[in-house]
Amino acid sequence: MSREAYAPPTLQPQGSNYGAASAELAGPTTQYLCGSCNSKVQLKKGDPIRCKDCGHRVLYKERTKRMVQFEAR
Amino acid sequence: MAPVSVSPEEARRRKIVGVNAETVTHVSSTDFPGHYPGEDHAWSLEKFAKDFTVQFHQNSPYESTFSLFPLDASIANAFRRILIAEIPTLAIEYVFIHNNTSIIQDEVLAARLGLVPLTGRLEGLNWMQFYKRPVSDEHDASGGGETERDTAADNNTVVLKLQKECSWAPGQPKEGETDPNVLYINSNVYAKDIEFIPTGRQFKEFPSPDGLIRPVNPDILLAKMRPGQTIDLEMHCVKGIGADHAKFSPVATASYRLLPTIDILKPIVGQEARKFARCFPKGVIGLEQEGEEGEVRAVVRDTMRDTVSRECLRHEEFKDKVKLGRVRDHFIFGVESTGQFESDLLFLESVKILKMKCVRLKRSLANVTR
Repeated sequence: MSREAYAPPTLQPQGSNYGAASAELAGPTTQYLCGSCNSKVQLKKGDPIRCKDCGHRVLYKERTKRMVQFEAR
Repeated sequence: MAPVSVSPEEARRRKIVGVNAETVTHVSSTDFPGHYPGEDHAWSLEKFAKDFTVQFHQNSPYESTFSLFPLDASIANAFRRILIAEIPTLAIEYVFIHNNTSIIQDEVLAARLGLVPLTGRLEGLNWMQFYKRPVSDEHDASGGGETERDTAADNNTVVLKLQKECSWAPGQPKEGETDPNVLYINSNVYAKDIEFIPTGRQFKEFPSPDGLIRPVNPDILLAKMRPGQTIDLEMHCVKGIGADHAKFSPVATASYRLLPTIDILKPIVGQEARKFARCFPKGVIGLEQEGEEGEVRAVVRDTMRDTVSRECLRHEEFKDKVKLGRVRDHFIFGVESTGQFESDLLFLESVKILKMKCVRLKRSLANVTR
């Protein structure tokens, strides 16, 4: 079988341990914005996708800090 | 053959463009050699220098009107076109956006910033050189390595910065308060928020506070923001000409019109004279008392103020009593500056550029004939 072929996800269903925060996984945190209250949410790998203030489950990534060049015309 | 002399009346008749109710006549000039048999119309510098007049009517820093006469339309039009498209000015050309979370899109904001007129110390602006922009990739590939481009330096690029972040105003706002100026801080981003970052010799060429590169109009609204939104960008300004992009044009309008003429052929008196005066803008037609208790008579006061609306030709009673026209070689220029240079200076600059072009043409001609 070639590497490009589709491989079905082999992960175990996560429903049971979804809400449990895996704090021992220390990775880089990523900044998100809550879709409901617009507060800043810091998430690490494995954190529940949830706003810490209002519990909203839709989070948005912040705009990249990379510089973009435009011609003013 | 001795040159035939022309009577002043004939000379005047020849340079009037006829303006009728529906048509315009005698549009082309006739003062060239060979048009009138026996007359000498060869162009001579002495004659031009003797007759040519420049007369200023208004000369405020950013708006001036002046007359040039006698002058050929080709030269007048050359000045106008040079004023609009060929006088170099400084404008924002590159926008480096670090962050922009406001609702105005990056490219729209960049285009908007480009159109902001800038000003600074005149000597400094004249000291600035053109920035040779990098050639595009397609040209680059065939060119083979050698790329003609400048690096941004203090004598060809001016760096500006715009950093703003909107936030809630401190304290609890009143119930039902909707005014954004009360509710938020920095909700409006204005041209005055643009900050000049001098480098190298620019400290000397654009000294604080009067010489700084700054927007001419500080209250141009660039963007609107709400709490949490930020704009953080850097701009590079370069010199350019209006032919490249309208933002480099130093004038808002540069135009000319011909001096109008009004010839009253038969006297217009009494009530008719008052009606006649009302056909023109104020001050164009005056009323004169004839004798002690005679009737009033319409006289031409100031044709410069006429708009040549031809209103008087619509009335049956004036049809053959008045002749409207324009003087073909009397140009009334109106130059309105965007603020980088003063408008009378812009005209002098246009003369300088036309002169430079003539020198270049002469040199090329010399090369061709050699």
